Amino acid sequence: MSAEPASGQHPGTQAQATVSPAGADGRRRAATDRPRADSYYGRPIIAEPVWSWEIPWYFFTGGLGGASAALGFAAGVAGNERLARSAWATALGAVGVSPGLLISDLGRPERFLNMLRMLKVTSPMSVGTWILSASGACTALASSSSLLGWFPRLGKVAKLGAASLGPGLATYTAVLVADTAVPVWHEGRRELPFVFAGSSMASAGAAAAALTPVAQAGPARRLTVAGALLEGAATQLMEHRLGDLAEPFHQGECGRYARPAKALTTVGAAVVGYGGRRSRALAVAGGAAVLAGAALERLTIFKAGFQSARDPKYTVQRQRARLAGATRA
Amino acid sequence: MSDVFELETRSWPGSYGDEAQPRVGFFTDTSICIGCKACEVACKEWNGVPEDGLRFTGNSYDNTGGLGADTWRHVAFVEQRKRVGVGDGAGPGSLVQDAALSQLADGAGLDAQRGEDGFRWLMSSDVCKHCTSAACLDVCPTGALFRTEYGTVVVQEDVCNGCGYCIPACPFGVLDQRKEDGRAWKCTLCYDRLKVGEEPACAKACPTDSIQFGELDELRERAHGRVEELQAAGESEARLYGADPHDGVGGFGAFFLLLDEPEVYGLPPDPVVTTRDLPAMYRTAVAAAGVLAAGVAAAFFGGR
Repeated sequence: MSAEPASGQHPGTQAQATVSPAGADGRRRAATDRPRADSYYGRPIIAEPVWSWEIPWYFFTGGLGGASAALGFAAGVAGNERLARSAWATALGAVGVSPGLLISDLGRPERFLNMLRMLKVTSPMSVGTWILSASGACTALASSSSLLGWFPRLGKVAKLGAASLGPGLATYTAVLVADTAVPVWHEGRRELPFVFAGSSMASAGAAAAALTPVAQAGPARRLTVAGALLEGAATQLMEHRLGDLAEPFHQGECGRYARPAKALTTVGAAVVGYGGRRSRALAVAGGAAVLAGAALERLTIFKAGFQSARDPKYTVQRQRARLAGATRA
Repeated sequence: MSDVFELETRSWPGSYGDEAQPRVGFFTDTSICIGCKACEVACKEWNGVPEDGLRFTGNSYDNTGGLGADTWRHVAFVEQRKRVGVGDGAGPGSLVQDAALSQLADGAGLDAQRGEDGFRWLMSSDVCKHCTSAACLDVCPTGALFRTEYGTVVVQEDVCNGCGYCIPACPFGVLDQRKEDGRAWKCTLCYDRLKVGEEPACAKACPTDSIQFGELDELRERAHGRVEELQAAGESEARLYGADPHDGVGGFGAFFLLLDEPEVYGLPPDPVVTTRDLPAMYRTAVAAAGVLAAGVAAAFFGGR
């Protein structure tokens, strides 16, 4: 079928530069003022997600909890019990609030158990629900074992379970958003899991560095710095590859979150990494900054998706480029 | 427990065995749509779809805006000042040739949308595409979305828990959440009517047969013939949208004949089912999780 761009004076080409949605506000248009020819009255093509404020916070708590479980397990193996306790306490808190956030976002919260009717691998949300359920159970056992000394035997197994599932809990949420028609999320699918992994490492390290005496917190500080570096590099790569599609990251509400997110993560990680070696107070201050940066980073990515869904040009441009490429090939 | 590992969501007709019915759908021929909105009304009446807002958009005769939880058929109105080849002086040859083409165009029903001085009015009734590879169905975590024995895609309202995942997954923005009850809603291709051998309400109500219901194979054949007819009559931009089983969603169950680029009607030019990339995305996430785990382990080298 003839899906290739029309030749000659197709009006789509001349209106490409117009950005603001015309007529979306319902104002009367002059008869000569044609609507944008590359869109239907500037209306969005795809539907904006309906997910509310809980979701970016869940991305944050899932990442913090999942990476903390891995840190707690590794610290236990290394014989650093003080650091392990801090990490398991963080994991318990973060993984503990996660189901609440998810259930409260549902349109029919009383039906949340319908999620557990099946395991459906074509749905990252279904896979994630099972990861969260299993890792929640393991983390609860592992943390009570580490902090209170309950179930010493079962605790060992639970720790291994929580530590194996934790990294997946931190990164599956990137697939959750990438498996949609939302332009920046779907086109960022190659880098988003690494952005989330880095941000989760940094936040788990930061929380543990703040909760642990300086002498035992070395690994947590190194994890903070490594995570911040990975997050920064993955974000840069993602924006570079997105090209024109990266525009939403620098505009509107998203732009207002993006800059402080980067600044807080960078400065906070530097403070934890250098100052945290000498002073617990600096570790706490830097750790708080890194955690705030990680939360803002999730909010940035969340909002960028909404902004890219709202303007049809992001949907159309990428698909047109794909069609043009296919015709040339 | 047979549904525990639901790997294959393109499960029609295999999973239905003897109960499988021929795949049905819509062919919406927009070249003969007159914008009467009988389809919108019939759909609302039959399916008990709530009111979707009483507002004035200023966008031609379109006050519905687009498909959503409470709009399962949506008639788009596009006003264009455009030279269209026939009867407007832009024709290829002599007056006699132009006159002959004009007669062909009239015979094909194209005059309905054409006014004086090159103005034309495109009207098109949009609906859920009932994709062969449906992203909404793939991502639904509860199994509320399912493929019927007719190959159509339907939401079971008693299972949907309002997670909202299908909404941004759809490459056409068909689904949306009904604020009053929190669930996702869309066209069912009148599943209840199909069950008793009736055609969907919109197709039944359409006075010009712009909306044609039937078995998909037959509709596709008919549509190809119609495009040839229109092109012979000088409507060089007539094209089918969604009739190709090799497109990004494996072909639409409800496809269209358009007279301009899809984006002019608010449709994506090259829709793709997002789950096509899911195996690669899972691999990336596992790799990132591995990097996370390796990073945690590496942090313990170098003392306390």
